[in-house]
Amino acid sequence: MRYAGKKLLTMFLTLFAVTLFVFLAFHVISGDPASSMLGTEATPAKLEALREEMGLNDPVLVQYGRWAGRFLMGDMGTSYSYRMPVSNMVTDKIPVTLTLTILAFLMMVLISIPLGIYTAKHAGGFIDRTIYILNQIIMAFPPFFSGILITLLFGKIFKLFTPGGYISYEKDFSGFVGYLFFPALAIALPKAAMAVKLLRSSVISESRLDYVRTAYSRGNRTNDVLYKHVLKNALIPVVTFLGMALTDMIAGSIIIEQVFSIPGLGRILLISISNRDYPVVMAIIVCICLLVLIVNMIVDLVYGLIDPRISVK
Amino acid sequence: MTDKKEILRVSSLNVSFQDRSRGLFGKNNRIQVLKDVSFSMKEGEILGLVGESGSGKSTLAKAILGLIPYEGEISQTSSYPQMIFQDPYGSLNPAKKVGWILEEPLRLKGGLDSAQRKQRVREMLIRVGLDESIADRYPNQLSGGQRQRVCIAGALMQEPALLIADEPVSALDVTIQAQILELLKRLHKEMGLSILFISHDLRVVYQMCDNVMIMKGGQLVEQGPVEEVYFHHQNEYTANLLKAAGINY
Repeated sequence: MRYAGKKLLTMFLTLFAVTLFVFLAFHVISGDPASSMLGTEATPAKLEALREEMGLNDPVLVQYGRWAGRFLMGDMGTSYSYRMPVSNMVTDKIPVTLTLTILAFLMMVLISIPLGIYTAKHAGGFIDRTIYILNQIIMAFPPFFSGILITLLFGKIFKLFTPGGYISYEKDFSGFVGYLFFPALAIALPKAAMAVKLLRSSVISESRLDYVRTAYSRGNRTNDVLYKHVLKNALIPVVTFLGMALTDMIAGSIIIEQVFSIPGLGRILLISISNRDYPVVMAIIVCICLLVLIVNMIVDLVYGLIDPRISVK
Repeated sequence: MTDKKEILRVSSLNVSFQDRSRGLFGKNNRIQVLKDVSFSMKEGEILGLVGESGSGKSTLAKAILGLIPYEGEISQTSSYPQMIFQDPYGSLNPAKKVGWILEEPLRLKGGLDSAQRKQRVREMLIRVGLDESIADRYPNQLSGGQRQRVCIAGALMQEPALLIADEPVSALDVTIQAQILELLKRLHKEMGLSILFISHDLRVVYQMCDNVMIMKGGQLVEQGPVEEVYFHHQNEYTANLLKAAGINY
């Protein structure tokens, strides 16, 4: 219980720090929501009146306090540019980004773990060296670039999906997942390449330890040594990496949503930033931050499960 | 001891490795690690193997265990020789409980049910001077001396006739060293165990072993009963080793 309490407190403090930082950053960059709301109708008098009405003339910290207080009560505020409650705008976007991220994560795990084990087992062989070269190339691609290449290759040449033909999950869930397959692949590939490399070297260095030699001398066969002894220990650094990669993927999906025109959190985040629509931006930042924190907590728990040297107490 | 059965015979053993350090354009060199090594061990014998680092001691042990390819002949009556290592931290799987580690050799051998296996593990823990409750602990919760005892227990689960101890006490502090050596001697007596005792510590070898072999650069330069080798050595290298160890005769 004390552990959970500590974790919750850290989460709360992190959220506080992140939101405060984003709020302050918003006041440093130029442009203000009042002028973008009024657009061409802006006159200095109207602008001033609207700024006063929106509370933009108050000190930054007072504004932050007001926003945070309302947010804690469950009121995310109203979007300046869309004039609708932020909660309505955000809640139906979360499943889109979340599905994309989870799909990408699953792909990364499904690609990297078997390949990592295979290349470690056959280190130095032809397939290992081929995968090594492919890995180096794929790792050098940023996701948005692999996204563009995948659109070109699978969308335009092989016609396996229609670029821009997003299907809402409310209409057709399998179509929705089908459309997200290639964007998720674009996010997953560079990370999977890194994970393969990491798992390969982790398995190989673990295999040099004495307990592996002992396991062989007891009469274990190669596969038994690998799966019963080596793998669990070799996975420890990989789980750390997968956790970091997952949080990175949440951020990565924001960019990929642009490339594949998927209406997720990332799309409205970018639009809202350019509109200086800070209630929306703040709400999305909190969502992403929460997702990242929850993921980190899950990684910690998984870590405790696979590594007896770390106990969650 | 002369009428005892021979349990291990090694004749003209050669081991070489491919040198990979020369890279793409280097010549395909092979490094000869063991050159024409021959010796035999009798049942119940403690045979010391002394030599500096890199002289091929551990390679010889690996060859006897069948973990590396070799040329020459190794014949042994013991089906599964077992080995204990210098570093008791690396030689126990950190992800498994001690009980699991000790049960594994029995599981692989087959023939016993779970309850019988657990009983054997308890007996062995007591035999090596540990408490039964250690079975439920992870290796990292144990001290160096306890770990080495667990390693010994694990090596003895399949009741091998031959135990290879590769620097079994070099990583431990002096009082624990003495306890582990005492334990090995006791097990040697109780179970009629033969031990190939690899060490660079000539004093420990003198205490422990009946016979000793001196190895240098992959070759055995001298072998014989401990007293003989220590006090009537023929070889210059042996003399230097003894001098360096402060055993000056």
